[in-house]
Amino acid sequence: MGAAVFFGCTFVAFGPALSLFILTIARDPLRVIILVAGSFFWLVSVLFSSLIWFISVQVSNKNDSNLQYGLLIFGAAISVLLQEAFRYAYYRLLKKAIEGLATISEDGRSPISIQQMAYVSGFAFGIISGVFSVINILADAVGPGIVGVHGDSQYYFLTSAFLTMAIVFLHTFWGIIFFAACEKRKPVYIVGVVLSHLVTSGLTFLNPRYEASLIPIYIITLGMGVWAFIAAGGNHHNIRKCLAWKRQECNQVMVYSALQVPSED
Amino acid sequence: MTAGVGVWLGLGLVLLTGLCQGNSVERKIYIPLNSTAPCVRLLNATHQIGCQSSRNGDTGVIHLVEKEDDLTWVLETGPTPPYVVLLEGSLFNKAILQKLKDSSRVSGIAVSYTKPPPAEGFSLDVKCPSDGFGLYTSERGSQYAHCNGTVWNPLGTGFSYEDFSFPIFLLQSENETEVIKQCYRDHNIPGNDSKPHYPLCAMQLLSHMHAVTSSATCMRRNSIQMSFSINPEVVCDSLADYNIWSLLKPTNISGTIPPEEQVVMSAVRVDSRSFFWNLAPAAEGTVSALVTQLAAAEALHKVKDTQSLPRNIMFTFFQGEVFDYIGSSRMVYDMQKGRFPVRLNNIHSFVEISQVALRNNSVLWIHSDPLSRANETVNTEVQDMIRILKAASKGANVTVEEVEQSQALPPASFQRFLRAQKIPGVVLTDHKDAYHNKYYNSMYDTAETIKMEYPSGLPQEEALEYVTETAQALSEVATLLAKTLYQLAGGNDTVDIKADPHTVTRMLYGFLVKSNNSWFQSISRPDWKDALENKQPQYYVTASQNGNKRPPTIPTRLLMSVLANITGQVVNFTKEECQNPDKAPDSKKELYDYIWVQGPLTGNTTSREPFCIRSTMHNHFAESPANDLNDWGSTEYSTWTESRWKEIKARIFLIPSQELEIITLLTGLAVLIISFCATYFINAKADILFTSTEDSGSAAY
Repeated sequence: MGAAVFFGCTFVAFGPALSLFILTIARDPLRVIILVAGSFFWLVSVLFSSLIWFISVQVSNKNDSNLQYGLLIFGAAISVLLQEAFRYAYYRLLKKAIEGLATISEDGRSPISIQQMAYVSGFAFGIISGVFSVINILADAVGPGIVGVHGDSQYYFLTSAFLTMAIVFLHTFWGIIFFAACEKRKPVYIVGVVLSHLVTSGLTFLNPRYEASLIPIYIITLGMGVWAFIAAGGNHHNIRKCLAWKRQECNQVMVYSALQVPSED
Repeated sequence: MTAGVGVWLGLGLVLLTGLCQGNSVERKIYIPLNSTAPCVRLLNATHQIGCQSSRNGDTGVIHLVEKEDDLTWVLETGPTPPYVVLLEGSLFNKAILQKLKDSSRVSGIAVSYTKPPPAEGFSLDVKCPSDGFGLYTSERGSQYAHCNGTVWNPLGTGFSYEDFSFPIFLLQSENETEVIKQCYRDHNIPGNDSKPHYPLCAMQLLSHMHAVTSSATCMRRNSIQMSFSINPEVVCDSLADYNIWSLLKPTNISGTIPPEEQVVMSAVRVDSRSFFWNLAPAAEGTVSALVTQLAAAEALHKVKDTQSLPRNIMFTFFQGEVFDYIGSSRMVYDMQKGRFPVRLNNIHSFVEISQVALRNNSVLWIHSDPLSRANETVNTEVQDMIRILKAASKGANVTVEEVEQSQALPPASFQRFLRAQKIPGVVLTDHKDAYHNKYYNSMYDTAETIKMEYPSGLPQEEALEYVTETAQALSEVATLLAKTLYQLAGGNDTVDIKADPHTVTRMLYGFLVKSNNSWFQSISRPDWKDALENKQPQYYVTASQNGNKRPPTIPTRLLMSVLANITGQVVNFTKEECQNPDKAPDSKKELYDYIWVQGPLTGNTTSREPFCIRSTMHNHFAESPANDLNDWGSTEYSTWTESRWKEIKARIFLIPSQELEIITLLTGLAVLIISFCATYFINAKADILFTSTEDSGSAAY
């Protein structure tokens, strides 16, 4: 019976990620490489932030629970900043890569645009952080028990899964906005990304009051989605055009474009 | 972990997992039950007994059964089977167990330990213990076989020897029982519509056993594994430990002793069992006699002229007796094969002490075997022994009486010796026919049942020295035993022999209340100090995994420490000499055994003053001869083996309703399908969506 909960939560957490991966990334080896490398960058950032947090815990008074809670918040904030720093580092790396790709390609142009890279790298950050945060919860979702014997909500698994889904989307959007900001040299956008990332992290401290964390996080996700859509070059004219377009014409277009952004939110 | 999930949550989880034990999500879901005793599977030549769970453990909704009516819910009306029954200890009886056993709606039983123990008695052992492996069988003395005439344990229900297809655990901690009850009350008590509301509190009991069918089967599987597998997975082990024996007069035991030397044997058993694994407090069943014999040994070792006695006295402590006489049958077997220093012909007479703490009016009953007494010489010697016993009891606070000569022997190690040879001997007990022990081989056979009462609020160190009435009474029996043995060995009756009630009370405290006391600490080997616990020791013989290389079990270690200390002398050996007597001059290794003990605390410090003790204590590997003969279908020797298991655990948690599970799955599927459709749609129209006039860069493709 626990299998139902496990698969339900897995599909919620990674369903969108899975469809994005299969339909937009898996077919292009270059994107897969960028995805894996991006995941590695995220992992390194988490390694560094966990080291900082670990050392700070070791040198502080371990019996002071308030202090430890404060250190956890501090560690989370450090982690957010480091993740964004690594996102920037990855951007610089990809910029270099795009030059290299351009020189070796036949027509002198890179086979992948920086916008596509932005999407893939954001998605890479999202998927690895999603896996990282939910995998051990999923392992316990197999059962036979569910959370609640100590009085916690029995919807723990489902809310965790939905939160993870939001995290995957958020990172994807942040990646797009961040790269676009770097391209257009608009540091305000970067500040916006970092701030919303910090706020999202902070909101998870409201758990287990899931309604207080999940709803704002989904509002942020929606906002970021719209922003990322615009940053990637979308506008309402395009939407209207696309919806108004005759079906047959629309279906003829099967070429990958600069960006694909999920927008079911 | 407030930050249950989040972007950076992984860091917290990974590091917290490293810092704290266990997974934090698991701790949110499960409450592990740590103070439990499982019922495990044992096997003999023909049967398997005990309990087992399925491979991943059996889960069921908890239902508290406090009175018999509560069973209806479990067996008939409850809408959410299967159930794990949380059974009050007082209801752990035959009728209820039978009902639960027959029901398919029960996935396990958790029994709570009740205090005080049921007044009407409680014994899950059989009515006729060790039947078939003693002296009386259908071929020999069939008029006495199968307790025909005297039923020794009339309260016995025999459930210890039945096979259960579901796990049964004993909850030893009241706190944990209360946690489970609270979980039950919070979640499982049905509402007004008499339907329980999810989530429900459930329990998982895991005790999967590897062995099946019988000892013969599992031993065959072991040998197949041993011969063909690089990584053999043994499924069962024979039960084994060590018999301890000690001679009053130091004797060369490197070979067998000369036939003309005669030995008076005094014997007790050291082990017991109960329904649950490694749980056997055995106060009356075992310890009462054990302590009595130890006190008698001490008293005799204090007597000056014992070295000039015409006969030697051998104190024997048999292990594994509860499992069809493992220890005594092995000793007899080795005596017959000449592998033991003493042979059957050397045995002059035999005195065995069994349950002696619950005497009515201080009457000690003498049991003897009617079959061997049919022989005139044996009969004369037995009568002589009875005469000595009666004479020795004069002036003492013990009355000795003889049971009718036509009554069979109670279950006793002596029966195994009589099976081999007609030896004159008696068994001393507190019961004339049926056991006075209402809790024979059960978890309730504790210090309270033999009325060891200490004034309330007595500090531990004073309790150790406080002479209880039980100790006083047992020391009287020990005096009687010591005097009898002395005279049987040829001594005269004028010598003053007296067992020390202080030693008796200290032994009782250590063996029944708390082994981790200052006396036991000071006489324990330094590498055995882990055997000392702040609770009563358990006298359960478990399986030996290392053959005859295994270290002795905890009760045997305690016994060896005490016996060496009260019968031995301190010798001025260094640690190295003591542990390797070959290196010491004049060690007389063939006569003595040496143990290095950690000694008492010095002054107020925590350092100890270790020393070396020399004694005539020896051990004898007690494993059923069936193993030696490789005959696991034996009807002559004990064939008990214990199944192996990988893990035994119990935990409680909440289980979700089926609706919640289905909803979760459907939500997941919906999200998956929607995201595939949306991604496909957006991907297909991507070039339209993201072609913006103002941003030429994105159209770089």
